[in-house]
Amino acid sequence: MLSSFLIASFAGYVLYQRGQDSGQVSASPDSKGLVSGNSSQSSSASAANTFSYKDGEYVGRVADAFYGNVQVKAVIAGGKISDVQFLDYPRDRGNSVRINTQAMPNLKTEAIRSQNANVDMVSGATETSTAFRESLASALAQAVVVAKNQ
Amino acid sequence: MGMPVEVEIVGYKADEKIFDAVFGYFTEVDERFSTYKKDSEISKINSGEIAPEGWSSDMKKIFTLCEETKKDTGGYFDIVSRSGKFDPSGIVKGWAIWNAAEILKNFGFENFFVNAGGDIEARGKNSRGEYWSAGIRNPFDLDKTVKTVVLKNQGIATSGTYLRGQHIYNPFKKDEPIIEILSLTVVGENVYEADRFATPAFAMGREGINFIEKIDGLEGYMIDKDGVATMTSGFEKYVRNGA
Repeated sequence: MLSSFLIASFAGYVLYQRGQDSGQVSASPDSKGLVSGNSSQSSSASAANTFSYKDGEYVGRVADAFYGNVQVKAVIAGGKISDVQFLDYPRDRGNSVRINTQAMPNLKTEAIRSQNANVDMVSGATETSTAFRESLASALAQAVVVAKNQ
Repeated sequence: MGMPVEVEIVGYKADEKIFDAVFGYFTEVDERFSTYKKDSEISKINSGEIAPEGWSSDMKKIFTLCEETKKDTGGYFDIVSRSGKFDPSGIVKGWAIWNAAEILKNFGFENFFVNAGGDIEARGKNSRGEYWSAGIRNPFDLDKTVKTVVLKNQGIATSGTYLRGQHIYNPFKKDEPIIEILSLTVVGENVYEADRFATPAFAMGREGINFIEKIDGLEGYMIDKDGVATMTSGFEKYVRNGA
């Protein structure tokens, strides 16, 4: 029987935190490589501070994405992130030769098919998204308005 | 490095102490190798505060592995970043995940996976008694996957970016071609091998999949900016049910 099996699973995060002059803002990367942050005020009665974003455009710092820099601009409208634009991104592979060749002709190609598959884990790119998060976090930190709850 | 770490262990002996050991190890790696931390050993090396004689043995080991990978990839893997600083994160990640897996193996576990930032080492089987399955993230829809790979004591690493043509503009060259490929996933005998080749292969653009094709023991799946995927000739044997 399977009764002796115990599944122990644990998710830990190496949090990427930046203390900003407007207060503590922690940008916690979720597993999809995006910053998840509160963009609306909490309505629950608690002693904690809440924060929202002030409308406007905010340019994040330049972050090193190894093969180049990433810099983003966050656009806040209605207190929420309405757009994120790239001001800089890795596009020059340094000493690599010009890349215009096709894949070897015997390699199979296909159109990708989006799935909601039942999988144990997901493998996805994070290389540039780490720098993306860093630049976006610094942009959002400028937009934050900290409001104290009563 | 600043990335999420996920560990799942199948076994009745797993307790908090085990997870503490693994996450503690990743914290230690981060504190040594993170270029985002001013006090890390790598940052001090880059600022000149630590001379080569003062490098830790792990640091020396990583630099040696980086040199090997640089040779194996004809220079495409190079830990000198564009800003002129050392950044070995392209190899540290796979190396650290593999070490973490060995920590669990030394505790006596045979069925688990270690996932750090989307690079994964999988050992044994899941709680349903099947080999671990890994979805390849859809670069166009981050909540979905496009392919399911079954890992039989193997590693998988995906290098890439979510930058897409329609969201990018170059204010100075609006017609300049945008990044050609969005992600390159490599499956190998372990996550260290998969990771150290996935990083430079991605840097090669479309050529990257050819590069992986030529290396014994590695299979790859590349997705371009148009949503067209190219796979190495042996890749499909790892795909679940033709999906």
